[in-house]
Amino acid sequence: MTGEEILKVVGILLEYLVPTLKVFGFTLLFSIPLGLVVAMLKMCKFKPISWLTNLYILIMRGTPLMLQIIVVYYAVPYIQIANPDMFSFIDIKDENYMFGAVLVAFVLNYAAYFAEIFRGGIESIPKGQYEAAAALGMTKAQTFFRIILPQVIKRIVPASSNEVITLVKDTSLANVVAYAEITLKAKQQMQNYASLVPLFIAGVFYFAMATILTALFSFIEKKLNYYR
Amino acid sequence: MAILEVRNLSKSFDGFDVLKDISFDVEKGQVVSIIGPSGSGKSTLLRCINQFEKADGGSINICGQDMLVKNEKGKTVYAPPKVLHELRMKIGLVFQNFNLFPHMSVLRNITEAPMTVLKQDKKTAEENALRLLKKMGLENKANEYPCNLSGGQQQRVSIARALALSPEVLFFDEPTSALDPELTGEILKVIKSLAEENMTMVIVTHEMSFAHDISDRVIFMDEGYIIENGTPEEVFEHSDNERTKQFLERYHS
Repeated sequence: MTGEEILKVVGILLEYLVPTLKVFGFTLLFSIPLGLVVAMLKMCKFKPISWLTNLYILIMRGTPLMLQIIVVYYAVPYIQIANPDMFSFIDIKDENYMFGAVLVAFVLNYAAYFAEIFRGGIESIPKGQYEAAAALGMTKAQTFFRIILPQVIKRIVPASSNEVITLVKDTSLANVVAYAEITLKAKQQMQNYASLVPLFIAGVFYFAMATILTALFSFIEKKLNYYR
Repeated sequence: MAILEVRNLSKSFDGFDVLKDISFDVEKGQVVSIIGPSGSGKSTLLRCINQFEKADGGSINICGQDMLVKNEKGKTVYAPPKVLHELRMKIGLVFQNFNLFPHMSVLRNITEAPMTVLKQDKKTAEENALRLLKKMGLENKANEYPCNLSGGQQQRVSIARALALSPEVLFFDEPTSALDPELTGEILKVIKSLAEENMTMVIVTHEMSFAHDISDRVIFMDEGYIIENGTPEEVFEHSDNERTKQFLERYHS
């Protein structure tokens, strides 16, 4: 490939950085709060809820994310075949639908991983912290949000940074349902120029994003180091 | 006036009776020490009064308000949640392991509850906190984090934190047990100064000579019972009880 061609491919991939970042950003936005809810449900004292939550986490972590994306994406057309009235307004070739299906799969999957991280973090806080807050008359909600959660966040940053960096690379799985993002476009350009160079360029993109995230997380860790 | 009235309190864990027929009073301004071997039920008693454990039977009355009573049917019932919360606010608790909030500065550890629970404004809460810190000799540590303080300093902060809610009575659960012997003295000095201000206090402790010097009453517990309840002289010097003598001997020798 000539220099000019390489620049052209870089331009195309840069353009498709946006849909990649969209999946990345929205997945974090929804899966973190959902993960917190799932963690709470798993710690619920009412056993059936805890068991159901466990089953959900087991399935999400026990099956490939790629398979989950395919299932969510094709669920709608198969329901349409079985019941033509349902979801008749949805066109599966529509970009918004693609994005929606991919996002649902990612959020459900990542919430399960985040839930386990949160649960581990919450359970690692000593009982004395709850008792001290209770003795001072704080309510359960005040205790959780003002005393427990801030300490949990510090403890889970290292584990979460792993997940977040994995997520940035996992966004490439969305290409399996033809969601146009960096990996899909790099593959097309590979065929277009009969060259591996577009794939290497895509690799550089992911590497750069992962590096930025690594730096960001080590900055956050340092910031949170004001206490031990 | 009795600040605390405990009658016939009982508690068992998995069929094992930890507290049996516990009755005692704490009058306003009194300092009461509870001593006894490990596993005698001292901490459980404190935890029942502080609502960390549910008692099985008996009654607890704090400042004239019932926290736990026998109802007409003879069943032991707790006061409604609102009353329980009010009663909890009348009791301050100092833990063996301090349990300071590590992510908050010393100042915020003290102002947190007055601001969130009593809805004090920041200025009032901070002025009060600084006054308490000064009393504890820690006015220069207000902006430090607990991890940068010695154990004795942390325990003094936790005493200030408990005092910030102006409790009617302050409970100490082995306040010096987690400290090096050298640091024990500074805590005992603080407790002594509180006693001089007529703070009502209940102290679970293994510091016998301290309990002897500071207390108005000493309660000796063993195997879930109160064996002795009297003045320090009565318990430490004139006890006829074999168990008490045996226990105290180990400390004297």
